[in-house]
Amino acid sequence: MSDTADLNVEDAPEGQEIIQTLPLDAWHRARGGRMVPFACYEMPVQYEGIMAEHLWTRESAGLFDVSHMGQVVFTGENGLGPVITALEKVLPGDITGLGSAKNRYSLLLNEEGGILDDLMVTKRTLDGAEELYMVVNGATKYDDIAYLLDFVPDDATLNLLDEQALLALQGPKAVDALSRIVPGVEALVFMTAADFTWNDVPLWISRSGYTGEDGYEISIPAEHAAAFADRLCEQAEVKPIGLGARDSLRLEAGLPLYGHDLDPETTPVMADLGFALAKKRREAADFLGAERILAERENGPAVKRVGLTVAGRQPVREGASVVAEDGSVIGRVTSGGFAPSMGAPIAMAYVPTALATPGTALKLLQRGKTHDATVTAMPFVPHRYVRSGAK
Amino acid sequence: MSRYFTEDHEWIDVDGDVGTVGISDYAQGALGDIVFVDVPEEGRELSKGDEAAVVESVKAASDVYAPVSGTVVEGNAQLADEPALVNSDPEGEGWFFKITLSDASELDALMDEAAYAAFVAKL
Repeated sequence: MSDTADLNVEDAPEGQEIIQTLPLDAWHRARGGRMVPFACYEMPVQYEGIMAEHLWTRESAGLFDVSHMGQVVFTGENGLGPVITALEKVLPGDITGLGSAKNRYSLLLNEEGGILDDLMVTKRTLDGAEELYMVVNGATKYDDIAYLLDFVPDDATLNLLDEQALLALQGPKAVDALSRIVPGVEALVFMTAADFTWNDVPLWISRSGYTGEDGYEISIPAEHAAAFADRLCEQAEVKPIGLGARDSLRLEAGLPLYGHDLDPETTPVMADLGFALAKKRREAADFLGAERILAERENGPAVKRVGLTVAGRQPVREGASVVAEDGSVIGRVTSGGFAPSMGAPIAMAYVPTALATPGTALKLLQRGKTHDATVTAMPFVPHRYVRSGAK
Repeated sequence: MSRYFTEDHEWIDVDGDVGTVGISDYAQGALGDIVFVDVPEEGRELSKGDEAAVVESVKAASDVYAPVSGTVVEGNAQLADEPALVNSDPEGEGWFFKITLSDASELDALMDEAAYAAFVAKL
């Protein structure tokens, strides 16, 4: 028996094979986490099992360690205005118009309008100073920083907060568990954030995540992360969840994974992330790749990211081909697997736009075997974000 | 009846000239939740080392190799509907296929239960 297609755990950029450990490394091992290399870190792929962890998160609350991700803060000697103006060259969102402590999903673009990373950005005021807080992918964080430094003005400062851990508590009962420990978080709504304290430890908490469920992302000084994770796991609703379930949860939620569903050859329009192109910014057309991106938006891209439900039970994974009746390759599967909440295999793929309408029947080819698939609107499992009012 | 193991974590129980093949408890544990199994059809000729079956967990697809040469006499049809049997009873109800051995001497190169336990302990 041997593996022919493994979970995507080999994301280390070339020349960066040194494997680092997370602040919670010992914590994961003590709880039975099965550690694997991912994005240059040893990370837990599972504890009790991917299926059980996935379903637990959908019905209760799962704790994820996402400290490998890059937490970056921008400040400016002459205020944040010039920094944001510069960043808007490479981010097509309306960051200028973003309200304080509101999160915005955005995309880091190259000259051709291709996606270098996807990220979350928040304007915040800490200790009286206004700053821009950004969370980027772990595997791309050093490249992102090098790239961003070319664009920000000389009087701007960019700090990688590598002394901060990042935890995500996701699931319908996340609010119950977290508000018991950190009162007040229940008042946040989806895509807003605020600072809190826990036993005198400063926390930056946003109501956001990568599972399609309600939940929170918590930035905490690394030296306090283990104690806080212990406190969370003392709550009956909470169990630690590994990378394996994080991947199946985000797939069901229709959320793309950078390096797989998004890459520098892919534009926001191809990726069906048009919502990240702010109207004001489209009208100004003042971001990298705007001409191409706006033309694609107007005329339709050549290919488009779609969701697929796969017939039968066999998972069709990243690397499989989308084929026409005559066997020619017309697209590619960029993520795929068994969806625990649906009990069926699902996938994401890039297909010609003419074949991207939900209901379109397609054929997939994997290791010599053909599978029937149907284009399906995403998310596969409905999002359950809390958009207004405290509970 | 005697049970043999391969270094690729297949087991084979031999009764007369028919062997029953599956994957070991160690293998199912390493794979995790199994969601799909493709077993060979009756009549298929296999040489030792051939890809005989496919097993897929939530996270990975793996090939299962023929531990010996021979002809498949039965695939475990129950695994199509209940692939999780491989997790719950890997060395019993979760068997993959039965094969008539064309060369019983091939068994000599396999490990017995004690040798396999020692092999796994070192992994």
